[in-house]
Amino acid sequence: MSLRVEELTVYYRTLRGDVRALEDASFAMDDGEIMGLAGESGCGKTTLSNSLILLAPPMKHIHGRVLLDGQELPIADIDAMNRFRFRDVSVVPQYAMNAMNPTRKIGRMVSELLRSRGIDPRKVLPELRRRLDLVELSEKVLTMYPIELSGGMKQRMVMVLSTLMDPSLLLADEITSALDVSTQKAVAKMLVEFRDREIVKSVIVITHDMSILYQIADTILIMYAGQLAEKGPTETIIHTPRHPYTELLITSLPKVGVKHDLARLEGIPGKPPLLLEPPTGCRFRERCPDASDACRKIPPLREIAPGHFVACCKEAGSDA
Amino acid sequence: MLSLDRVSKTYRVGTFGGGLLHAVSDVSFDVEEGEVVSLIGESGSGKSTIGKMILRLIAISEGRILFDGTDVKTLKKAKLRDYYREVQGVFQDPFSSYNPIFKADRVFEGIRQHFYHGMRDTEWSGRVHDALESVGLNPAHVLGKYPHQLSGGQLQRFLIARALLLDIRFLVADEIISMLDASTRIDVLNLLADLKQRDLSVLFITHDLSLGYYISEQAAIMYRGCIVELGGTDRIYNHPMHPYTKMLMESVPRLDRKWEEVEIELRAKQDELAPGCVYYGRCPRELRTARCRDERPRLVEVEPGHRVACACAGADG
Repeated sequence: MSLRVEELTVYYRTLRGDVRALEDASFAMDDGEIMGLAGESGCGKTTLSNSLILLAPPMKHIHGRVLLDGQELPIADIDAMNRFRFRDVSVVPQYAMNAMNPTRKIGRMVSELLRSRGIDPRKVLPELRRRLDLVELSEKVLTMYPIELSGGMKQRMVMVLSTLMDPSLLLADEITSALDVSTQKAVAKMLVEFRDREIVKSVIVITHDMSILYQIADTILIMYAGQLAEKGPTETIIHTPRHPYTELLITSLPKVGVKHDLARLEGIPGKPPLLLEPPTGCRFRERCPDASDACRKIPPLREIAPGHFVACCKEAGSDA
Repeated sequence: MLSLDRVSKTYRVGTFGGGLLHAVSDVSFDVEEGEVVSLIGESGSGKSTIGKMILRLIAISEGRILFDGTDVKTLKKAKLRDYYREVQGVFQDPFSSYNPIFKADRVFEGIRQHFYHGMRDTEWSGRVHDALESVGLNPAHVLGKYPHQLSGGQLQRFLIARALLLDIRFLVADEIISMLDASTRIDVLNLLADLKQRDLSVLFITHDLSLGYYISEQAAIMYRGCIVELGGTDRIYNHPMHPYTKMLMESVPRLDRKWEEVEIELRAKQDELAPGCVYYGRCPRELRTARCRDERPRLVEVEPGHRVACACAGADG
């Protein structure tokens, strides 16, 4: 078990009160698992990923713990986490295109970064060369400025940087959404390659693009309004989802080969609740076609088949 | 109705403007009444530049854009205003299309001042209500709100409603749903499909192939400022001919098939489709002829009892 998250709850402090962005998230990831994390904007997926690496104000840790390879991460303590960042948990940020210092040549920026972590850049250089080779970048990029690289090249450079210390867990936040389809495919495949070569042990891929997840993820975790809705193997989530939200989300996606006059797709009516004062019970209740009185209670995330977890009253009631 | 005739756009680049950048080169296509044409390409392929040239937001370097037979470059003052009455655009980022200090419905006021000066308040608000209802919004819920109080999908539909206030016949939709959530995306897309019933023509600019397929009859694939493939959506998607289009079709992430399966399938289809010699792809370059490509050679007897299915061998013998 590489990552274990237990009842993690994180709120945002605002002047008008706490925004309950992540509530009682519990899940586990196996060694070598690529988990896709999907949901609408504002559902808490970036909050979840950020709390695993940088839980900075206005975020506030309420309760819950995170275990990585059996060791508890001090996620609530910004300074104590420094020991784990980059070495054990690393991140490829959203818009990695702008993640590099534009005023430094890339090589110099890399050595500055390594020195700041107390690592001798010269010792890492041979490995860095091998990694650049792996992502099909020439060594020349080290003598270039970020502006000289294309979007896809920058993305790959940042991926090499983030994984240089062989972290156990890699968080990839929307890394493909700003890229063209062909570059998208290359970057996504590289992520799988990094896992296959055991450079990283497990990866969380955050995206709203389900079709990318279908291509590369082993499991998918669906979030809705700060709560986990469903987690399961990729095939199960895409083809036989059990949570009504997942079902609606998947059917609303246009696919190549679907035309509006032949098969009209429908969106999900309504919009997600505000998390400042979220509704009690199941947060999807108001938009759910199958809602009943049972939904007034918060449905627990239950394992209905090996590795397939669903948080829905329908499932809770079926064998209760 | 709208037709592009060898349109090009060149920018001067470099310190003294010495270099030339061809953003769009020699593009021609037509959009008929009530037709949705998808313009598909990667970033930097010039697809948005075409949209902006149609809207006259940037000047055309070479060629002509004809709307109902009139060159849009020549339009001035009153004529240009009439043009904008019929041709409008909606852009990618709904959040930056609004001034956050003012209420969202301020975008309608602009239309009123410009095109319907002196219209009575009651008549105007009736028009606004009609437009909002036709894009599937409830006027009571959305009027008088600030941009941050509305969702991205609502804001985007607001902008389409703004265009509908005019007697619009042509809409340039530039990546209008790429910033929206999956659950609201499809609503905006369906709205465009519905508007088509009202004989509205749409130039749908996108990088997402599945969206292009969902909504359009015609598709144009662009690469580096040129159209590399143009035709019926069904034909292009099912039988891509240009290597670039094929590459795009292989790369697009799909929900029903994995990348590897798509690659194998396309390759199989290509073999079966190719009209020419089956060995064409692997035959040494200097031996290949146009005839090899277009026509499958039959077995021909080159010497008694020895038959060869090769155009070259047949010609010699």
